[in-house]
Amino acid sequence: MKKVITGDHAVAIGAKLCRVDVVPAFPITPQTLIIEHIADFVNNGELDTKFLTMESEHSVMSAAAGASAAGARVFTATSSQGLAFMHEMLYAIAPLRLPVVMANASRTLGGPPGIWCEYNDSMGARDSGWLQLYVEDNQEALDMIIQSFRIAEDKRVLLPVMPCLDGFVLTHTVEPVDIPSQEDVDSLLAPYEPDIVLDPERPAMIGTFMPAEYIMELRRQTVGAFECAKDVIREVNTEFAQKFGRDYGGLVDTYRMDDAKIALITMGTVTSTSREVVDELRQKGEKVGIIKLRFFRPFPCEDLKKLASNLDALGVFDRSISYHGGGPVYNEVRSALFGMTIPVINHLAGLGGRDVTEEQIFKMFELTSRAAKGEKVKEVNWHNTRGETV
Amino acid sequence: MIKIKELSDVNLFTSGHTACPGCGVALSIRNAIRVLGKDTAVYVPASCAVVFGTTFPYGAWKVPFFHTAFENTGACLTGMQAAFEKKGKKVTVVGFAGDGGTYDIGLQSMSGAAERNEDVIYICLDNEAYMNTGIQRSGGTPFGAWTTTTPVGSKIQGNQRFKKNLGDIVVAHEVPYYATLSIGHPLDFIRKVEKAKNMKGFRFLHMFTPCIPGWKMDPSKTVEVTKRAVESGMWTLYEVENGEKKVTYKPGKMRSVKDYLNMQGRFRHMSEEDVNKLQMWVCKKWNLHYREKGAPDVCEIAPHDERHAITEEHREMHGP
Repeated sequence: MKKVITGDHAVAIGAKLCRVDVVPAFPITPQTLIIEHIADFVNNGELDTKFLTMESEHSVMSAAAGASAAGARVFTATSSQGLAFMHEMLYAIAPLRLPVVMANASRTLGGPPGIWCEYNDSMGARDSGWLQLYVEDNQEALDMIIQSFRIAEDKRVLLPVMPCLDGFVLTHTVEPVDIPSQEDVDSLLAPYEPDIVLDPERPAMIGTFMPAEYIMELRRQTVGAFECAKDVIREVNTEFAQKFGRDYGGLVDTYRMDDAKIALITMGTVTSTSREVVDELRQKGEKVGIIKLRFFRPFPCEDLKKLASNLDALGVFDRSISYHGGGPVYNEVRSALFGMTIPVINHLAGLGGRDVTEEQIFKMFELTSRAAKGEKVKEVNWHNTRGETV
Repeated sequence: MIKIKELSDVNLFTSGHTACPGCGVALSIRNAIRVLGKDTAVYVPASCAVVFGTTFPYGAWKVPFFHTAFENTGACLTGMQAAFEKKGKKVTVVGFAGDGGTYDIGLQSMSGAAERNEDVIYICLDNEAYMNTGIQRSGGTPFGAWTTTTPVGSKIQGNQRFKKNLGDIVVAHEVPYYATLSIGHPLDFIRKVEKAKNMKGFRFLHMFTPCIPGWKMDPSKTVEVTKRAVESGMWTLYEVENGEKKVTYKPGKMRSVKDYLNMQGRFRHMSEEDVNKLQMWVCKKWNLHYREKGAPDVCEIAPHDERHAITEEHREMHGP
């Protein structure tokens, strides 16, 4: 069934289709619509879930931890300052292997205060042990909530997952979304049956104090789970595509990359705009394409290496900054491609929610192409920024 | 009501943990969990109890135990309870938080759970300072007490604020049950834990738990010091059930606060003026709790010459 809905509504419907047991909630723009929709589902009797109106995001993630440890399927949503406020609990949850799913409405993390799209909120949590993915449209937002639970609860993974959707660009913008049937989702997602839970019949201690003699093995195991997650993400993507006819490519998706010599790595909604730009450049005979980075954690090193092996140059879009220079995606890509000789050019745009226009994306391709020809191009380029020339 | 001799001998918080000899927290946990029974799931925030009871690969708990952070006892209990309810399991969900984790950093989380009237038992183990980090002042630290962040200096000596009135804060949430407990009064202790267990909604048990190194006291005097606390009025035993307050134990005669302070090194530096100040605070509290209608205020301030006298007890504790 197709419905014209906002990204937040799509996420809420996704959570509902996953029959979540517990939803601790706290409002923050631009995520609030998600928890409002879930509250409506619960109060209208459409969803049998424990909806908990917590008094802060820190308590949201704490309640999520408690509920998940006690065996519940837990969903919540947050954004920006809220994600920062629960930062400590993000770190607490992952090594306990609690498969919570939390949507993050990407929003600039102040100061200065703002409410529009930037990735500096979730990028700050990139090493908290959560799987992290970025969606392009409202359909993908809904679909990835379902896939996130499948990935999170897979016994090879057992890690929390954070699907991120661009604040306002998706959260508050309506698009037609195909809503899967409950039967189809049920056949893809079985009820959550954890092996170790808080249960008086078989008592377990979860979250014990851990001396140095054991902690390195625990960290290593978590890294192992991230490695396993790569296969699981691909498997779930394939299974989902077979059932629903929508194939997102796995860790990365590509657009017109078959014979491409110049590519741009994009994330989120900027991907859609970039598709238009690529189509125009292709008409002019330029061999350009897009690598859509879907999962930032685990980071798809192997996929990128393979895709970059036929390129003359690679551009990397970043919607947040790491203060030592380029953006976090750029740094990860450079690290993944270490040893390869093609120029890798960073394009910073859209910070604080500034629009990323076709004009800017044309410029990104132009600069990357010039670097391919051996021209001197700055490694890090601030697009559409006062006082900066690109 | 359970009688002491009927209490289960099965220890759900076993021996072999690494708490200090005489630890009031360990004694309180062990006895509370004996009454609460095996169908209990426990959350403990960052505190000594996590270190001495759960250092991997050892564990003292025979009931499900959960820990994540410091300031979130109310919230974690909320989540655990929600999951059990959703799954149709009957489990008593209990938190054991310290005074720092309740009076200070965990106040918001506790308040949220209390306001929502979550069906959980929140136990505050009040040893009147951040003991796990090495004795720093909390909102529960009494006036005059030495801690490492209220040191005895040449200009300022000890804690300058009076103990926060947490009981009234909890009761203001209109919760079904709030009670104060002391392991020096085991019948009262058992009755209150049992009562809380059999009630619904947010129940708060406030336990007075001496800390041997933090209070600088003789480890064999844990029970004795809680008795003195009650006899002097520094700790009062009462309960508030659905808004009705009831004193559950009234000492016969008010004992001088000095008799309580003398047992502990953390107060030994206190000036006459400061002891009087504390005594006046205790008197106010005493009269609030115990004075009968129309009766005069009671307050005993020891005569001047006794104040600096070194008692036998003092000598025993700290040397001549």
